[in-house]
Amino acid sequence: MRKVIAFLKEQTRDGLLPWSAQDATAQRFKLSHAAVELVALQNGLFPARYQRNRNMIQVDEQLRLFQSRVAVIGCGGLGGYVLEELARLGVGQIIAVDPDIFEEHNLNRQILSSPALLGQPKAAVAAERLAQVNPAVTVTAIQDYFCLDNGFELLAGAQVAVDALDSISYRLQLAEFCNQAGIPMVHGAIGGWYGHVASQFPGETTVQQIYRHWVAGKGIEQQLGNPSFTPAVVASLEVAEVCKILLGKGEPLRNRKLAIDLLEMEMQEISYAPAPVTLVDAA
Amino acid sequence: MKITLKLFATFRNGRFKVAEQELAEGTDVRQVVLSLGLTEEEIGIVMLNGRHGELDSKLSHGDTLSLFPLVGGG
Repeated sequence: MRKVIAFLKEQTRDGLLPWSAQDATAQRFKLSHAAVELVALQNGLFPARYQRNRNMIQVDEQLRLFQSRVAVIGCGGLGGYVLEELARLGVGQIIAVDPDIFEEHNLNRQILSSPALLGQPKAAVAAERLAQVNPAVTVTAIQDYFCLDNGFELLAGAQVAVDALDSISYRLQLAEFCNQAGIPMVHGAIGGWYGHVASQFPGETTVQQIYRHWVAGKGIEQQLGNPSFTPAVVASLEVAEVCKILLGKGEPLRNRKLAIDLLEMEMQEISYAPAPVTLVDAA
Repeated sequence: MKITLKLFATFRNGRFKVAEQELAEGTDVRQVVLSLGLTEEEIGIVMLNGRHGELDSKLSHGDTLSLFPLVGGG
């Protein structure tokens, strides 16, 4: 490993490690791109591909992102952008879950879709795309429905779950699972010109409260559909939340929901009562 | 009593963004929802004075009630 570190350091220029050097190191020492990037970051070498992440993300934080595991539930409108942004940010392990294949009505907004990929499974397409975008990222593609029963199997080891689902009932199951598993959930939903984002931490019930009037079926997306830009906006807000949660920075949308209206260009914040703290009997 | 009623997203279509409403004492959120020709199933968020509210919440003079439709797509 000392040879690998020395080889990487030799090729570092102005504190930046070019991708060509990462690639050459992987080939020369028969290592995966993930292994090379880990060694580089552990030794304080900043991969040049992340240079515009500096200085909002320092090398130790870039390492933390690379050692993080994030599950994205849904690889459609929201999920496509979430996956792309997580991989470019440098999150090292990504789980992509979606049971569906690409269909023609996805083409107006789902960034992973294209005419040539109609009929292809969304999760597998996501893995192929991310391998091209950032070969150091390890993607686990799962072509299956997420539910409470398979949550622990599908989302094993995830530190954050990102809600990119299009069903309120599955969302409520994800919220319940995240509480059982003790992981934060970044929730996003869209419909037409409108969307909202919130982050729920273990023990909180924000998502359940958001949908407490829900009985069955879909929301306004049923009538309005979804255009190209609303998923991009809401997905980007979700990824900003993931980044902050993984790095322990800033103020996440905790006990509050941001509602976005792109028609009137208005944002509203709704506060939720903090979850009651369970008192532990000291005796 | 008087309240300020704010509607959001598709609830504004054919209605208004914001209006003062004169209501009988003891009116709850559900009665306001129904008076607008909306159903409970269409309601996403009830916000009462900036905080999460309930359909059963009783309104008081000077309250600001905001109603958002259900949004669930992805």
